[in-house]
Amino acid sequence: MTKKRRIPRLLQLVLVVLGIYLGFVLTFDVILGQVIPKSLLTMYMFFVIAGVLMVFTFTEESAQELIGPIKALVEDPSKKMVRNVVFVIVPLLAGVYTYASLMPSFEAPVELRTIHPAPPSSVKAFGKRFDLATLENPYRKFEKEDPDKFHKLVKQGGEIYIQNCQYCHGDRLDGKGPYAAGLNPTPLNFQDVGTIAQLQESFVFWRIATGGPGLPAEAAPWISSMPIWQDFLSEDEIWKVILFLYEYTGRQPRSWEHE
Amino acid sequence: MQKRNSRIILGALFIAVFALFLLPSLIPGFDASLALADETAVTSDVDTVADANAVTYAPAPKLTAADYPSIPGVNSRVVVWLAAQLHLWFGAFVLAVPIFVFIIEAIGMATRDQRYDNMAYEFIKVSITAYSLTAILGGLLAFSLILFYPDLFTYLSTIFKGSMFAYALLFFAESAVLYIYYYGWHWLQGGFKKWVHLTLGLLLNATGAMLMFLANAWTTFMMSPAGVDAAGVFGGDTWAAIHNFLWNPLNIHRMIANVAYGGSIVGAYAAFKFLSARSKEQRAHYDWMGYNANFIAIAALLPLPFAGYYLTAEMYAYSQQMGITLMGGVFAWIFIIQAVLIGALFLSANYYLWCGLGRSEGAHRYTPYMKYLAVVIVGAFLVWFTPHTLVLTNAELKSLGGPYHAILGPLGIMPAKNTAVNLLILFTFLSFMFYRRANKTATVSWAATGNAFQIALFTAGIINIFILGIYYGYFTNTVYKVAASIPQVMTTLVIIITSVVIDVFMYKGAKEVAPLHWGRSRVSARSQYALFLLAVSFTWLMGLMGYVRSGIRQHWHVINIFRDNSPDAFTPGLGYAANVISVGTIIFMSMVIFVFWLSTISSRKSTTAGYWKEQGT
Repeated sequence: MTKKRRIPRLLQLVLVVLGIYLGFVLTFDVILGQVIPKSLLTMYMFFVIAGVLMVFTFTEESAQELIGPIKALVEDPSKKMVRNVVFVIVPLLAGVYTYASLMPSFEAPVELRTIHPAPPSSVKAFGKRFDLATLENPYRKFEKEDPDKFHKLVKQGGEIYIQNCQYCHGDRLDGKGPYAAGLNPTPLNFQDVGTIAQLQESFVFWRIATGGPGLPAEAAPWISSMPIWQDFLSEDEIWKVILFLYEYTGRQPRSWEHE
Repeated sequence: MQKRNSRIILGALFIAVFALFLLPSLIPGFDASLALADETAVTSDVDTVADANAVTYAPAPKLTAADYPSIPGVNSRVVVWLAAQLHLWFGAFVLAVPIFVFIIEAIGMATRDQRYDNMAYEFIKVSITAYSLTAILGGLLAFSLILFYPDLFTYLSTIFKGSMFAYALLFFAESAVLYIYYYGWHWLQGGFKKWVHLTLGLLLNATGAMLMFLANAWTTFMMSPAGVDAAGVFGGDTWAAIHNFLWNPLNIHRMIANVAYGGSIVGAYAAFKFLSARSKEQRAHYDWMGYNANFIAIAALLPLPFAGYYLTAEMYAYSQQMGITLMGGVFAWIFIIQAVLIGALFLSANYYLWCGLGRSEGAHRYTPYMKYLAVVIVGAFLVWFTPHTLVLTNAELKSLGGPYHAILGPLGIMPAKNTAVNLLILFTFLSFMFYRRANKTATVSWAATGNAFQIALFTAGIINIFILGIYYGYFTNTVYKVAASIPQVMTTLVIIITSVVIDVFMYKGAKEVAPLHWGRSRVSARSQYALFLLAVSFTWLMGLMGYVRSGIRQHWHVINIFRDNSPDAFTPGLGYAANVISVGTIIFMSMVIFVFWLSTISSRKSTTAGYWKEQGT
């Protein structure tokens, strides 16, 4: 009976890790067409390696089998040649990696921007002060009380949106308006589940009314191109646009009340 | 002599019970609440007299930088920060240990297995030294607050004077009960005496819990003030100030977290003793102790994410500003670190269990399955820490057409995380189930049916968790998104409880396939380091999240009421804050190792031949 040849544990480990790495790149970058950010991939791979090491070392036999070749490489006199080669290649690889990481580039540094900065407790707009903790959309009640009126308001909001907002945020509210490509950060995609669906209407009101210049200090780097809409729209018009944003995207504003 | 000791115990019990009953009378609000039933009987004359005697309180002071004393070369914020954090770490540990010591002692009494009693005693022994360190650090915190933030301390103590006095008295009561509980352990053994001892344990826990609840009230008052008006003028109702919006959510979260934390620290103690053990018996004992400590830590860790989610949801409900600062704003990246550390906790707890399979030859049947558990656990962990705000290079930004990632974006918000953490918990539980079955085979006739039912239960439950997470999480109103987490939790709990019940009956009288060898050489040192990792991760995590909880007040001592105008009023950078917490963690772990070391020298004896003068007979 011939003994079934097994791939050595150490090689198995390397192949599993490489396979998962390539799996991530292939799935995201090629199949789905959405690149996986390098920063996130690094974090993912760190814990994938931790998980793989856990599986490969939780039994004593497996751990010994894994460490065996490494121990032999360091201790076995017959492996002198391989040892010397490895001891040259590993520091060289580390050097190349360090050089590549530290080499100056012309690319702008990565900026960690807070997409949803915390709102202030109250905000000054239209010459008065609004308490954001209690502020509500005055038209939201018509959704139940008078649906016809509500739809009219939404329609009016839609018209205001098309006249003022779609140039950047797009006619499908996906943040891909005609001017969007020229802006950084790009305009907000309201269809995304992580944007207006996560927010109360008072937050959206604050962002529209005071625009980019109204962002708090923590939202740095302050580079938003959002205009101060209280200079161009009335308070009523802003509330109507907000109705439209939620209605068109099929999202519900964040609220603590059950329907 | 015995009669005298009984009197001492009765006296201590009396003082402790007296302190517990005295507490309500020291808090004016308690009087008001208790007197509610008699309110109708109170005449208007009495009201008039009460009004005349009513104390008027000053509004929250408006301070300037000059109102904060300073010592050259000392950063007052860091001093108070570290003193508070170290006090809290030790406090959490010493409050937690009596909870599970009480349970282990009761198990020992029920099973009449003395090993449990010995282990419970060893646990409380470790906490005794930590108890004095807690008190010392509490004193340091109080002194630093009075010294560096006198106006804040005065303002808080004006509102909470009754509860602060009660706290001091309760501390005496707790110390008295703790010392009798510990020093009387071997004396109060057998029959009625053991019941007295167990009752002392209960009393110790009651006083400990009340101490924590009172301190929690002061903390949560600063985050969600109640019983004061917009200018900070106290209305006189202390109960209203104590029972503020975030008090109970924090009480629940801290209570569960303390048990998990306490378990992890005694687990580290067991690992320390295991690694330094010189005999087979010692290795076996500390291996068993480590296993139990890890079990306690995991048992409390499983419901902890839900308690944390409840606390956070309540913070959001109390203030949108605080909620967004916490999760989406300036602290969002600390939440990612938190997610990573929680994942590390789950990974190390699972690894310890998998390594534990080496204790029995019977476990070989299950080792091939562990890799599948690992796939789910690591996969769920990756979703758990995927950030909402991605760090993108310009090339990536251009390639994606904006900062929104169609696939990773939805993984960055809570419904995905809730689904992931439920899976993480369920599969950790599965690891435990495999471990439990390692050396046994069920002999009941319905074993196959029982297993099939468990598989069906897990499958149906996981499908339910996915439906709740995906449908309610992404396609409904936010209120349902948040609410859907409750049936998700319930599903997880139903699976766990039902499986445990089935297993208990199925493995009654089960056949032992191979014996369980505690402390054998196949129990690797690696598994013990996993226990250390658990303790360090817990400590670091508590520090970071404690900072976030406190930091979301930003430039306020008491949010929106009492402004912080000290030179340190700014919110520090994340790196700076993480460094302070990391230094705190190192100081704490050094102190803990010192406590462990003390436990080893207490039993050591040196030969002193020729040193002492021979005594003539």
